[in-house]
Amino acid sequence: MLVALPDAEDLITRLAAAVRSQLAADTAIVGIHTGGAWVAQRLRDALSGDHPLGELDISFYRDDFSRIGLHPQVKPSRIPFTVEDRPLLLVDDVLYTGRTVRAAMNELFDYGRPSQIRLAVLIDRGGHELPIRPDFVGATLAIPPGQNVELRCDDGRLSLALK
Amino acid sequence: MVDPQLTPQGKLRHLLTLDGLPAAMLRQILDTAESFMDVGERDVKKVPLLRGKSIFNLFFEPSTRTRTTFEIAAKRLSADVVNLNIATSSQTKGETILDTVANLTAMHADMFIVRHGQSGAAHFIARHVAPHISVINAGDGRHAHPTQGLLDMFTIRRYKGGFQNLRVAVVGDVLHSRVARSQISALTTLGVPEVRVVAPKTLLPPGVEQLGVHLFYDMREGIRDCDVIIMLRLQNERMKGARLPSAHEYFKQYGLTAAKLARAKPDAIVMHPGPMNRGVEIDSEVADGPQSVILPQVTYGIAVRMAVMAMLAGGGGD
Repeated sequence: MLVALPDAEDLITRLAAAVRSQLAADTAIVGIHTGGAWVAQRLRDALSGDHPLGELDISFYRDDFSRIGLHPQVKPSRIPFTVEDRPLLLVDDVLYTGRTVRAAMNELFDYGRPSQIRLAVLIDRGGHELPIRPDFVGATLAIPPGQNVELRCDDGRLSLALK
Repeated sequence: MVDPQLTPQGKLRHLLTLDGLPAAMLRQILDTAESFMDVGERDVKKVPLLRGKSIFNLFFEPSTRTRTTFEIAAKRLSADVVNLNIATSSQTKGETILDTVANLTAMHADMFIVRHGQSGAAHFIARHVAPHISVINAGDGRHAHPTQGLLDMFTIRRYKGGFQNLRVAVVGDVLHSRVARSQISALTTLGVPEVRVVAPKTLLPPGVEQLGVHLFYDMREGIRDCDVIIMLRLQNERMKGARLPSAHEYFKQYGLTAAKLARAKPDAIVMHPGPMNRGVEIDSEVADGPQSVILPQVTYGIAVRMAVMAMLAGGGGD
């Protein structure tokens, strides 16, 4: 059975609208590499104000490292602002098990103690394995296990695909 | 012959030498090291990658910098580190290397970092360890010092942006230097078009030409127009018999002074694996000067060793 996927650009608009009135001026937006970083960039562009932007590669914090090893293309994390006492908006493309978000939160706390972390995702596909839920969501879809939703970026235009 | 350093899937299993490692693998190590660079600047200078792993520093030969940077690297990966200076321990009571290794395996070791005066010691241990244990060669005799070679490549890439179009001179006691062997191997693999070796004839190993390097006996000629100058330590403690007239004479001929350095490119960088003999192979004015990247090399050594350990722990065992 094929799930009809929404248009990623529409979801960005919807997500930005949901987030817009909710962010304090000093909130930093942190995207999880790779798809989450694209969404974070687009959210920041869509929101007025200049929220600091960061990027996390959570490869060093994954809980399945001893089973699958290190990802061959690890990117450096970039957090060019003070995390201590700052509200953060953590952004990912797809929320599935919640393990990536857990790893991202563990990494963020190694930069300091944020005053708050909220989670924004483009798609919540269900299948959570941890008590982690999004605060802002573009769309909620039921994707059968075994299938993956992937965010793609062609010339700056975002789209969704099933894999 | 199967490379004992790689798994059948092509992942890193041990790191014993840079000879035979493909360029893609070297680049992957350098890229991974790049992403570890900022860990030292965070509030919490640790990532949880190797939590619960036990790493043993097996040093059969004294070393401060290498052992310390391996220890810091392991700790930044959250591993537990045990330092064994075997020169002063059970070996002197007659225990064989393999018995030492078997005992440490019984203590649930996950990784051995081995420094030994005999060439081939790390290979020997790697051949005999349990399948889940990885071995890193931290210097064996005159043979290899792969993590030093890698951190030197990392340094060059950081300052020069890559390896194409570079002229690199390795200067000094190549004969006794495991560092030089690892450097030449990596420079060649990574595609440096011109690698020079500059040394007196008495400090060159036989057959050095076959490594694909250009030989120079005159330092002024050898470093002319170079982008990178790597000075080697004059290995006094390895110097058997009279290979050199005197340290003073060596400095006159092969010591890097500001006057000699002026013959290299104006933006040339000066490297040294340490520990330095000031006034023997390098003048203080150069060692502490604006072209010296000797201290950054030490900092980069931590990130490079973190990368190697992380790749071994994640892909090597099992």
